[in-house]
Amino acid sequence: MSSTPSAGVAAMASAAAGRSSRPASRRRRPAPYLLLLPAVAVLVAAMGYPLVWQVISSLQEFGLAQQFGQPAPFVGLDNYARLVTDPYLWTVVLRSIAFCLVAAGATMAVGVGVALLMRVLPTAVRIVLQISLLLAWAMPVVASMTVWRWLFDWRRGVVNWLLTAAGLDFRGHNWLQEPLSFFAVAAIIVVWMSVPFVAFSVYAGLTQVSEEVLEAAQMDGASPAQRFWGIVVPIIRPVLAIVLLLQIIWDLRVFTQIKLLQDAGSIASETNLLGTYIYQLGTGSSDFGTASAVSIFVLVLTVALSAFYVRGMLKEDES
Amino acid sequence: MRTGSRRPGRIGAGIAGIVVALIWAFPVYWMVNSSLLPDAVLQSSSPTFLPFGGSWSNFTAVVSGGTFLPALGMSVLVALVVVACSLFFAFLAALAISRFRFRGRKSFVLAVLFVQMLPAEGLFIAQYKLMSSVGLLNTVLGLSVLYIAAIVPFTVWMLRGFVAGIPVDLEEAAMVDGLSRTQAFLRITFPLLAPGLVAAGVYAFLQSWNEFTVALVVLQDDSSRTLPLWLRGFVQASASRATDWGQVMAASTLVAVPVIVFFLIVQGRMTSGLVGGAVKG
Repeated sequence: MSSTPSAGVAAMASAAAGRSSRPASRRRRPAPYLLLLPAVAVLVAAMGYPLVWQVISSLQEFGLAQQFGQPAPFVGLDNYARLVTDPYLWTVVLRSIAFCLVAAGATMAVGVGVALLMRVLPTAVRIVLQISLLLAWAMPVVASMTVWRWLFDWRRGVVNWLLTAAGLDFRGHNWLQEPLSFFAVAAIIVVWMSVPFVAFSVYAGLTQVSEEVLEAAQMDGASPAQRFWGIVVPIIRPVLAIVLLLQIIWDLRVFTQIKLLQDAGSIASETNLLGTYIYQLGTGSSDFGTASAVSIFVLVLTVALSAFYVRGMLKEDES
Repeated sequence: MRTGSRRPGRIGAGIAGIVVALIWAFPVYWMVNSSLLPDAVLQSSSPTFLPFGGSWSNFTAVVSGGTFLPALGMSVLVALVVVACSLFFAFLAALAISRFRFRGRKSFVLAVLFVQMLPAEGLFIAQYKLMSSVGLLNTVLGLSVLYIAAIVPFTVWMLRGFVAGIPVDLEEAAMVDGLSRTQAFLRITFPLLAPGLVAAGVYAFLQSWNEFTVALVVLQDDSSRTLPLWLRGFVQASASRATDWGQVMAASTLVAVPVIVFFLIVQGRMTSGLVGGAVKG
């Protein structure tokens, strides 16, 4: 399940709420284990078991015979070996990484920009801006995707109409046909969806930056850029780091947006990212061995990236 | 960055703020606006920007299409099961990790943190196989179990913060005054936890209401679709003819507006709830 951005903010809120803690009981007894039982049971059933199955089937071969009930033979690391030598997988991996970096980078730049903007806005305009960001944030992904498809519709879409009205000839231009403009549209949508979370988190972080320090720096002749990189960024670095990390993790596995844009008639093989590729392997061609191997690659990558995030959270748990 | 309070700078910032606000709100506005316009107007060569539509025909067409209400029912049912179970399970687990020190606690916390980051796309094929082998494809139970597992880790983490934020001394003082541990918990701690439970419940609701990826693999039957799958199906069915964007936008509005309204109300309530709880405590 994709964690929504609200997850992160709530994490920060609960982190702030969770300071003054002290364990009540250090004696050994069954109570804590009983309390954990339901959560552990559901995690083992719905995540643990599939994970084990996935590891095993990534070592097996699934072909036509297995679809007719034959047991799948073990083939060792063959699936992995085949993937490593498969140029298409590398295309998809590099494409996913490139998309992730562009989308996450743009989201951060715009999000930080909006947060800085919120600080200098008159209150009335700031509230209007915040409401508008909340609206975008609250939109369900699937509803957002249908709206964006309508905005970019080749016949009656308002984007083509605006560009044509601005003097460029975009009448009947199909944005989703070319892979490059397909990904540009996908990136715009992802940025639109993710900026509210980044903007609100960074805006909250900016409250730690004192006005006096900035004014002092200004009087000493520091330019706006110097004040930003020299004072603001170091102070809000923890927030920036966590938000950037979450964006990278989320954008690496973007599935819903790509899948729904592909629905509009793009060529899947040219627009697949990791998520849609796994889906295609698993449901389209029932090649569970390869699908599992790619899934495990994605999981390992996510866990490696998450390690930083988890380390930060663990420190907070100990405090 | 604050550039002092020089006038031109402030006016420039104000204009920039309004432009950004317009860009971010526009897609939402456009969805509602298009949903109220008859198809003939949407097919004209220039778009209609002002909300003079006032035609509910798209909505009545969507609702009377016969597939919306079953999907709504499915979504509501899944959301109820998921919110109730994940709140209950996560609350018990949060209590364990914030009120007790025990062997295995750290591994559990670690597992919770990592599981919360796992992408659905990394497991959904395996989850599909699991559900098909136990005969739970296309069922509320099957989907709910997967959702609860995906939501519990984060709700545990969220509630842990709230539980830990309530001083144990308060509970102990009540126990000195003669309440049992359970009574002390129910009368003193539980009311203070309400804002945390609301926040976690809202999170669980939004996750389950909006989820698309897992639902796509687990619900293959057209008769057992949640709203996001229904909306996708609606767009596809409509696209086989020339897409009737008015109806598609009406369908999107039906899916989105309850969530947006809920989100906006709770956003305010949640903060005031937090403050209120702190003051009363």
